Amino acid sequence: MKANVWMGRNHLEIQDVPDPQILNARDAIVRVTSTAICGSDLHLVDGYIPTVKKGDVLGHEFMGEVVEVGSGVRDLHVGDRVVVPFPIACGACFACEEGLYSVCENSNPNAGIAEKLMGHAPAGIFGYSHMLGGFPGGQAEYVRVPFADVGPIKVEDDLPDEKVLFLSDIFPTGFMGAEMCDIKPGQTIAIWGAGPVGQFAAASAFLLGADRVIVIDRFPYRLRRVQRTGAEVLNYEEVNVLDALRDMTGGRGPDACIDAVGMEAHHPTPAMYAYDRAKQAARLETERPYVLREAIMACRNGGVVSVIGVYGGFVDKFPMGTVMNRSLTIRTGQCHVQRYTEPLLQRIRRGEIDPSFVISHRMPLSKAPHGFELFKNKQDECNKVVLTP
Amino acid sequence: MTDKFARALGWTSLALGAAQLAAPRAVTRLCGVDDAPGATTVARLVGGRELLHAALLLGAKNPARWAWTRVAGDTMDLGVLGKAAANRTGSRRIRVLAALGAVAGITALDVACARGGTAKAKGPLQVRASITINKPREEVYRFWRDLENLPSFMVHLDSVRAIDQRRSRWKAKGPIADLEWEAEIIDERAGDLIAWRSVPGTGVSTAGLVGFTDGPGGRGTVVDVSLEYGAPGRKLAAAVARMFGEHPEQQVRDDLRRFKQVMETGEVVRSEGSPEGHRALRQLHQRPAQPIGGRA
Ligand SMILES: NC(=O)c1ccc[n+]([C@@H]2O[C@H](COP(=O)([O-])OP(=O)(O)OC[C@H]3O[C@@H](n4cnc5c(N)ncnc54)[C@H](O)[C@@H]3O)[C@@H](O)[C@H]2O)c1
Ligand SMILES: [Zn+2]
Ligand SMILES: [Zn+2]
Repeated sequence: MKANVWMGRNHLEIQDVPDPQILNARDAIVRVTSTAICGSDLHLVDGYIPTVKKGDVLGHEFMGEVVEVGSGVRDLHVGDRVVVPFPIACGACFACEEGLYSVCENSNPNAGIAEKLMGHAPAGIFGYSHMLGGFPGGQAEYVRVPFADVGPIKVEDDLPDEKVLFLSDIFPTGFMGAEMCDIKPGQTIAIWGAGPVGQFAAASAFLLGADRVIVIDRFPYRLRRVQRTGAEVLNYEEVNVLDALRDMTGGRGPDACIDAVGMEAHHPTPAMYAYDRAKQAARLETERPYVLREAIMACRNGGVVSVIGVYGGFVDKFPMGTVMNRSLTIRTGQCHVQRYTEPLLQRIRRGEIDPSFVISHRMPLSKAPHGFELFKNKQDECNKVVLTP
Repeated sequence: MTDKFARALGWTSLALGAAQLAAPRAVTRLCGVDDAPGATTVARLVGGRELLHAALLLGAKNPARWAWTRVAGDTMDLGVLGKAAANRTGSRRIRVLAALGAVAGITALDVACARGGTAKAKGPLQVRASITINKPREEVYRFWRDLENLPSFMVHLDSVRAIDQRRSRWKAKGPIADLEWEAEIIDERAGDLIAWRSVPGTGVSTAGLVGFTDGPGGRGTVVDVSLEYGAPGRKLAAAVARMFGEHPEQQVRDDLRRFKQVMETGEVVRSEGSPEGHRALRQLHQRPAQPIGGRA
């Protein structure tokens, strides 16, 4: 089959690889009908997530049709149409019972590696490094899906792929980002990053009752897109974000701040950017944490900083003093997608939201490397790329 | 004594790490791998790792135990350099081989130190690990008590056959030759603990104790395992096993992770990168994360 394969930093190739086969009794094989490129994939391609290996198949946002099931799968049948959550979860461990699917205790066969780097191991993730399991991803014609009767959600044919595909990751992720803010009526939420994740966070903040949402980015075409959700916008290349947020919130600061950018943030001051960029290149720190720093500084006293942008390792110059002295709460995590698929599918059915609003590009899987180029460099007003095998 | 030795190793790590971070090119040139793409990145990563060792060895209360982290690191380096030597010729090859020799020497020191730390004055080798399993105590106990189940999660065991209620025959894959011995249960309290030891004179000298207690708040079962190895031949066997990245402690921990998977999900979880499930050796030498193939 054809698959999008990581061959080194900034080097992707469409290659012929073997078809997947059942390895565990609770596996299913899914024929992919739609898959997408995510901001998280960029961290892999840019080489900032450790333990990616030449030959790895990428992709963690996908859906399709079940073509084979293992002997231990009960609730899924050949022919079912499913959307697959990106974290792999067993459904039976302590974490899964608590709804903390992205830290499932059983789904990462390389827990030993992850443990050395992080203390304890998170769940396995499709196409997302060996530290997170060594599972092939979904930018391919077929994928093996472990614990097939836990994660995948069945969807009737009446909803097209484009409306439900993002239940695999970015809609639940944006939603969780907003949910972690504990939004109360009248509140103002600030979101860094007007990428697809930031856009879903903005839409979700309104769904959860936010009064105002302010989104920060530098690409006018993305800011225009997010304005359609009803959000106000700030271009951080034109204004001082901290001053602007202070002014917009009566001097108090936003009630909660969402980091939807993560480890590869950009900084408008060339000197500051060069400083962290150089440290990151020398692997002295693994992140460029401007957004995290800024979100912490901006948040009102006693507010919540909700981090859904991905971080991989160690952050430098972390303003712990302001977190502590101003009673801030930091909440974060890879999205516990399985928790949200069902309720969010209902919201789509009820017409509260149509997730396809984020799509800007559609192309065949064979063009995946080109799609990555556009998405990474924000060319051609690229917002979200959907690939079809 | 061993701890002093360990702290010295910690200072060495600090110096090495600092050098690799400050001048990665010089380090890769010295080792003859400066022609490899990404060599300086690897050198920096290794440098970062050395700083971690330094922090562990210099900061810990009983640092000798942490020398194992250096052994693991050494094993990684030996693998990388071994591969590099195979791919090179001429003066580069000589430099790589020299680096390989140096690392092998350091590994020997680290193993000596770490074993000193683990064995504490040449006693038998003891390892301990524990895990929480989301199943009732009775069920977890019963699965383990049927010793014939053990090979389903202890990958080094080929088979265990019960001879009678107390005695059993064990077969294992050794690093050099296969091992076979007889074991007997020396204590058992239903639902609480099982203790066993090898019958003297049957080839291997080992003993084990596994305890089962209710998890916090009555949720699940905490499984505590202690193992002891004392065979005369175990020195060599254990050293070789370690050379291949399977520190006994890690082995037991991986066994317990597999045990948990079997109890909670029905079987050992496999990925294309780690088709056998948790294994230290496999974690160092991953397959790429792409389908395995081979079936028509
Ligand atoms: N937690 C999870 O489960 C989860 C799931 C999916 C994605 N993510 C993460 O969410 C993040 C965003 O993903 P995406 O797909 O939207 O990526 P994206 O690259 O499309 O969007 C990132 C946006 O951040 C903007 N940005 C960069 N620096 C900024 C700054 N200093 N201030 C404000 N905005 C800035 C960029 O201009 C870009 O528009 C990534 O880190 C991704 O890994 C997390
Ligand atoms: Zn994603
Ligand atoms: Zn689980």
